[in-house]
Amino acid sequence: MPNPAARQQNAAKAEARKGASSEPLTTMSVIAPAVAWLIPGAGHLIQKRWMRGVLLMASIVSMFVLGLLMQGRVYRLNGGDILDILGFVGDVGAGGLYIVTRAMNWGKGAIAHATADYGTKYIIVAGLLNFISVADAYHIAIGKKP
Amino acid sequence: MTLELSHFNAALLFSVFASVVFGITQRNTTRDQIRYGLYCFAMFVGGIFLAGWVMWLLRH
Repeated sequence: MPNPAARQQNAAKAEARKGASSEPLTTMSVIAPAVAWLIPGAGHLIQKRWMRGVLLMASIVSMFVLGLLMQGRVYRLNGGDILDILGFVGDVGAGGLYIVTRAMNWGKGAIAHATADYGTKYIIVAGLLNFISVADAYHIAIGKKP
Repeated sequence: MTLELSHFNAALLFSVFASVVFGITQRNTTRDQIRYGLYCFAMFVGGIFLAGWVMWLLRH
């Protein structure tokens, strides 16, 4: 038979689980992350977090564009080397920027330039930063963050 | 058009963009966001110089 302390701990855990599952699923909590992924910073803008949205958009878009200008490589869907797969996952985080880049056939990568490798990393990190931005937009939508 | 930045400038720009995103997403109030963004930037730049000196020591 569990002692009172253990019972109290179990009750607290059950309460925490109940709290976690009772987060409201609103339209905004679905739309904001989707929009944030497609257009970096837009998930904050549609929730009227103007300054945060503009700063996120400026940072992520600048980083992605600078990466392209440095002749960075944009990864395609692949099943090869693990680093190539992870590179693709990072790139996809940039959402619309990645889609446009692929559609325009940019981001071929130039071995001739020493800075091309920096560019590749810029593009991957822009995507990863956008993943964080998407999570933040979701937290704002569910009221977990002001 | 090709942009060719030095390693230091590329790292510095990287620090600015990453710090802005970290500051905004990891803290709640405006004041905390600015403070955390500046803290991250200082850590990035400090890391750049530290790594630079470590590489210099390894080289010599």
